[in-house]
Amino acid sequence: MPKQSPVPEDYDKPFWDACNEGRLVVQNCKACSRLQHPPESKCPQCGSGDNLEWRQVSGRGKIYSYGVVYDSPVRVLQADQPYNVAVIQLEEDPGVNMLSHLPGTPVDEVPVGASVKVIFEATPVTGQKVPEWQVVS
Amino acid sequence: MYRTREGLGLWEHRGKVAAVGIGHSPTSRRWDGNPATSVGAQCILAMRQAIEDAGVSPDQVDGIVYDTSTTTGAYWPEGQAVPQDFLDAFQGTSEPLDGIAKLSAEWLIKNMPELTNVKFTMVGPGCMSNALVVAAQAVGEGLTNTCLVVKGWHNFEGRYYQGGGNAKDTVTGRAKWTNLWAGPASYTTAMQFQAYCEKYGKTHDMMAPFVVHERAMGLLFPEGFWAQNRPEPLTTEDYLAARWVAKPANLYDNDIPIMASAAYLFTTPERAKDMKQKPVYILSVASDRAPTRGIVPILEECEEATASTGRKLYEGAGITASDLSFENMYDGFTLFHQFHIEGLGYAGIKRGEALDLYQTDISNEGPNPVSPSGGNAGSGRTRFWMHTDCIQQLQGRAGARQIKKKAEIGVSGGPMPMGGNFLIWSANPPV
Repeated sequence: MPKQSPVPEDYDKPFWDACNEGRLVVQNCKACSRLQHPPESKCPQCGSGDNLEWRQVSGRGKIYSYGVVYDSPVRVLQADQPYNVAVIQLEEDPGVNMLSHLPGTPVDEVPVGASVKVIFEATPVTGQKVPEWQVVS
Repeated sequence: MYRTREGLGLWEHRGKVAAVGIGHSPTSRRWDGNPATSVGAQCILAMRQAIEDAGVSPDQVDGIVYDTSTTTGAYWPEGQAVPQDFLDAFQGTSEPLDGIAKLSAEWLIKNMPELTNVKFTMVGPGCMSNALVVAAQAVGEGLTNTCLVVKGWHNFEGRYYQGGGNAKDTVTGRAKWTNLWAGPASYTTAMQFQAYCEKYGKTHDMMAPFVVHERAMGLLFPEGFWAQNRPEPLTTEDYLAARWVAKPANLYDNDIPIMASAAYLFTTPERAKDMKQKPVYILSVASDRAPTRGIVPILEECEEATASTGRKLYEGAGITASDLSFENMYDGFTLFHQFHIEGLGYAGIKRGEALDLYQTDISNEGPNPVSPSGGNAGSGRTRFWMHTDCIQQLQGRAGARQIKKKAEIGVSGGPMPMGGNFLIWSANPPV
């Protein structure tokens, strides 16, 4: 499903570079032993940016919940309405989540609690890859 | 400035700050281009009404708390000149959009020459709830003695949040973490509500009595959008048949963006004795600033945050849930109102029980008035109806919305379950 192409910035470039290499990484604060996503320039818990590192994760997770979007303000998504948007909790830490259109899952037939695995989709304008998730059958 | 932690005991200014005057501009769906109906002009109108309502002279006002942002999701078109008749009608500042798509204290003071004694100004960003908490703390700390709190909203032509970055093929900044997948502002709440329904065995249809009630109360709110512009009742059938925006959020679970401004006059109880209206005492303020871990907050984070808000409010006010005569927590998406009131334990409810409460008598005549203001769903997207209603209920001048039971203590605040600001109001000073 076509999406806007994200423009990497200094603080999140390692995330997007990893996507282009087919790897999923998230930030980890070494001082707090705490994963976080989306990336930040500082750890919200300890306030330090000095202890942030990038950690590769398994790319496995579970579907927490979802909604079905019928009226998006984002132009490039409107042609595919209605579409699923699921919240994916990472296997390594369910407190960290990502969003997904769940490619391959029919609209409004989302199996909440099901296992999912990450894939990477290229966005049309720049080719930047972004994470997506598919239900593991 | 914000009371964000539990365990702080009674609020240090409990009962030492009072709301007295209220002012409201007329409402409209969008700006008609007339300088006299611009957001700046509407703020001035509301502030003058609040001064008049309180019965003070303008030179007694020594503080203004306001919000610089006035957007409902509509932005002044890039490169479009500000109309000359607007520039001719008001004293400008170095910010060209001041008074038309933004607001500053400098602009307000320049265009309200009667305010000759303002020594304190502060921004309460985001919405009236934030501004009220800031003003309450400022009056309590003696930074201002007679303070106007104002919030204005502009709305222009075009659909909500369409255009701008959402119309582009690339995305920058923090929007990239949501724009790639999601969409309407109500999506996150819809997803949380879906989780709520699965966790507690509830359905979207169970929201109908609440949403219908909100519109009914909105039609009894003379200051509100629906009462002024489209006096149309909403039926259960209308609600259940409405189109989805982000299922399970439908059209009526979303509030309608409008233009409107409101202002309140805050002061000390001592000063309030000489004013025209009965003072309403602020017993407690609380704010939530809990960080989220993922792209979107999940249900459990909302539940934890709202429970903490309830504990902070009650601790600060020295009351319990059973002391509340009514609640006016934010509803602008209707699907999170239950998170707020379950966090408060309003009417004795526990987690997962709010929608059951909605199936009982939640009217203003009943034993457990739920959102007697009608909220944003009842009067349009301003995030201030609930505060006006709290003050009016406790002053005994809520008109057709006046609750039948004795109005002694109320609670209001918002916007979202996470990151909001909240107040406990009382008709009487604390004993």
